[in-house]
Amino acid sequence: MSLDYTNDTAFNEGLIKEVLDAHPDKAAKKRARHLGTVKQGGDGNPTCGVKSNVKSVPGVMTVRGCAYAGAKGVVWGPVKDMVHISHGPIGCGQYSWSQRRNYFTGTVGIDSFVTMQVTSDFQERDIVFGGDKNLDKMIDELEVMFPLNNGISILSECPIGLIGDDIEAVAKKKAKDLGKPVVPVRCEGFRGVSQSLGHHIANDVIRDWVFDKKEIVWETGPYDVNLIADYNIGGDAWPSRKLLEEMGLRVIGSWSGDATLAEMERAPKARMNLIHCYRSMNYICRHMEEKYGIPWIEYNFFGPTQIAASLRKIAAAFDETIQANAEKVIAKYESLVEGVIAKYKPRLDGKTVMLFVGGLRPRHTATAYEDLGMKIVGSGYEFAHNDDYQRTAHYLKEGTLIYDDVSEFEFEKFIEGIRPDLVGSGIKEKYSTQKMGVPFRQMHSWDYSGPYHGYDGFAVFARDMDMAINAPVWTKLKAPWKA
Amino acid sequence: MPQSAEKVKDHIALFQEPEYKDLLAAKKEAFECRHPDEVVAAQLEYSKGWEYREKNFAREHAVINPHKACQPLGAVFAATGFAETMPYVHGSQGCAAYFRSHFARHFKESSVCVSDSMTEDAAVFGGMTNIVEGLQNCYTLYKPKMIAMSTTCMAEVIGDDLQAFIAAAKEKESIPADFPVPFAHTPSFVGSHVVGYDNMIKGILQYFWDRDNGALTATKGTRINVIPGFDGYAVANNREIKRMLDTMGVDYTMISDVSEVWDTPTDGTYRMYDGGTSLDDTRAALNAKATVALQQFCSEKTLELCASKGQDVVALNHPLGIGGTDAFLMEVSKLTGKAIPEALEKERGRLVDAIADSQAWLHGKRFAVFGDPDFVLAMTGFLLELGGEPAHVLCTNGSAEWEAKAKALLASSPFGAGGQVYRGKDLWHMRSLLFTEPTDFIIGSSYGKYLEKDTGIPLIRLGFPIFDRHHHHRFPTFGYAGALRILVEILDRVFEVADASSDISYDLTR
Repeated sequence: MSLDYTNDTAFNEGLIKEVLDAHPDKAAKKRARHLGTVKQGGDGNPTCGVKSNVKSVPGVMTVRGCAYAGAKGVVWGPVKDMVHISHGPIGCGQYSWSQRRNYFTGTVGIDSFVTMQVTSDFQERDIVFGGDKNLDKMIDELEVMFPLNNGISILSECPIGLIGDDIEAVAKKKAKDLGKPVVPVRCEGFRGVSQSLGHHIANDVIRDWVFDKKEIVWETGPYDVNLIADYNIGGDAWPSRKLLEEMGLRVIGSWSGDATLAEMERAPKARMNLIHCYRSMNYICRHMEEKYGIPWIEYNFFGPTQIAASLRKIAAAFDETIQANAEKVIAKYESLVEGVIAKYKPRLDGKTVMLFVGGLRPRHTATAYEDLGMKIVGSGYEFAHNDDYQRTAHYLKEGTLIYDDVSEFEFEKFIEGIRPDLVGSGIKEKYSTQKMGVPFRQMHSWDYSGPYHGYDGFAVFARDMDMAINAPVWTKLKAPWKA
Repeated sequence: MPQSAEKVKDHIALFQEPEYKDLLAAKKEAFECRHPDEVVAAQLEYSKGWEYREKNFAREHAVINPHKACQPLGAVFAATGFAETMPYVHGSQGCAAYFRSHFARHFKESSVCVSDSMTEDAAVFGGMTNIVEGLQNCYTLYKPKMIAMSTTCMAEVIGDDLQAFIAAAKEKESIPADFPVPFAHTPSFVGSHVVGYDNMIKGILQYFWDRDNGALTATKGTRINVIPGFDGYAVANNREIKRMLDTMGVDYTMISDVSEVWDTPTDGTYRMYDGGTSLDDTRAALNAKATVALQQFCSEKTLELCASKGQDVVALNHPLGIGGTDAFLMEVSKLTGKAIPEALEKERGRLVDAIADSQAWLHGKRFAVFGDPDFVLAMTGFLLELGGEPAHVLCTNGSAEWEAKAKALLASSPFGAGGQVYRGKDLWHMRSLLFTEPTDFIIGSSYGKYLEKDTGIPLIRLGFPIFDRHHHHRFPTFGYAGALRILVEILDRVFEVADASSDISYDLTR
């Protein structure tokens, strides 16, 4: 259900120029490479034409976070039966405590630890004398407090790498002492240019410290798949799992939303890896392909058009039974989809959207909006790489404004210039946008709603976009005596 | 089918549907390799007991669910309260993103703060280039009148010299030579956010008083400075403090006033800067007669600076409750010679009237209190005034002096006789306390919701941060008006519990 429209290239190029002109020369030169519009490339394919995954310009108020945020907040934090240590000073663990809504089932503090903040709370003496000894003792204490934990991760904050601590040595020793995995994650916040390197480091730790460490007893089935890189924000992974199970696949591992360590360890036994967020977990999929010969498929479970296409794409990799099942699943949800579109499309038709999110959603949600008759007029990523932008251009229409690692200044000017009907971005962008009178949805946390994945999630997505855009409050911005 | 277009179910209802309950049960059964339910249940029971409590309190290294944040968060809060000021975080960019998110989640407002995005090369060579470029970009794009710089632990570990780097940036004409860039070193491995607040305020005052031609006049006037401290209710509390001072006719400067900055209207225009203490007022604050810190533990070093300039200094502990507000008004009256007007006395009388009406419902109720040092002292004091019994008084970031004050406070009232003070402890300690020695209510921030869930003891949300309830911070907790609001919040929970606990005692009138 692809909508046919283009965006105003000349207008958007004008906005870019205006924004760059406000920068000092050096910064303007750097930022110019990250701003553009979707165009036809030389090879006949559309291109976003921007550089990405390079250092943020100092002082411009980047939206980006750090490697720790990517490793702890995204990849490791959701693994529910492990205790995750924020190793270093108090802040990082405190600010990220329960802030990604990685839903899970379990008993907190007994066999599940996702919504806890466990930290070594570095003091000056730890900086001076090193934190390894205390880390060792701390892990013993955690074992006393949480004997049912199935493993421990050590997530380094900035000072660890600077003072020369050897967390790998501590991890090895403690894994032996406890007889369970203790994994060191070198995700100091100054490493790399964004959360992205933290994802990569965290993936490498799975490869080096989780896989092939013990014998996995598992009776392999022909339809065993891993659901990779769905973090179960607001329960996203569950409607996704439901669809895969309904088409006859067996999801033997859920990564890493609602995951147990056993699901991670078992992953190499699968026949196929199905990956949602390419940016954060393509590394481990490539590794599993290389080492264990497991193929991987990227899919998109936002909105009925992409869900159906993805179900068929996944099914095509299996036999006719699965293919027939996929059609049945699509048919089963047809009336729900029709109902949702009949209800919400008339309220959303033609509304324009600007997105700025992490490494996947700026492209993956585009068609879901279009399923509701909405148009994407601008999009950009916090921490995408070139391969993400390559995957983006065909999702977007010609002339769409593209902004990589947008700064607060640029985003505000772009929103002012375009005046979209909706902005989808994060908590830091939410309130300034709403004050401008522009409706907003948080697209990292689903604004405390969700799930948005799968057919069940699409209904919630549609409802939420409607309630944001059509809220009566937007008619009350001006005092009537001033109107 | 669990979902429908007519009545869209989100996560709250959707996962209660049988299809999803079955899906989750099947996942657990077939794939998760969890410990058997009876083992989990046994550990849960064990974790509620005295033996577990003893092991819990024997912890020396593991910190679990602490209630404090790091210094730069406090520094950004302090900087936010000055007019047209951009807080600037020298170090890793992730920290700035966390601070902005943290404040946005509490205040439901935009919170601005730039970082100079130091990475591996800066770790090796130092962050001077980042400061030179960062200051220029920040100054050019956001056109602030002041940039207030603090540090992350990365910059502190490698030992960056802010004073020298800022001077270098001015030399290279990143920013005008006379442009104010006060700074504070705010290592996150020392103290907590309340210390960072103190360091930043001190840094800003030092800049204007010592380096920027601040000149002491021969005679002090009657003007006083008021430093609110790190306070999640600052939006409303600062206004309440100003209202009381205006009512008294006091001439004052509020040093770092976030009440307009973090409370801007939605009218079609986003105001990055609104309100805040003007730089002229900050400069002139040098010649105030006195400085009153509303929160002692947020202003210890700043008050030393003020005293060194010949000012009288007064440190209060969060003017909340009858005594807390009385102390504030009397200190101000003493310093300024202004009488406490009848209008305020009448407000006090109305508060006392309300407490007299309701005290029977609070008498002997046991409370656990946690939060920042000054808040915990004030809240404990107010509970004693209400006839409540503070049983567990916990502060992760309290000092030895705080502990002594808290103990003295409990000892001052028969209602405090059974209370214990826990300094440097975390909310996992509190969990053991609540299971082994239950209270009727918990008072603390949103982090207390896990304690409420575990123990079933109702949480009354007060303190910072409040993430999961909206707009509490828009109403004051300071002053007699604030005390009345807290009284009502406590009473509401007391009555809700009473109504829910018995069909027989379901009285219409209470």
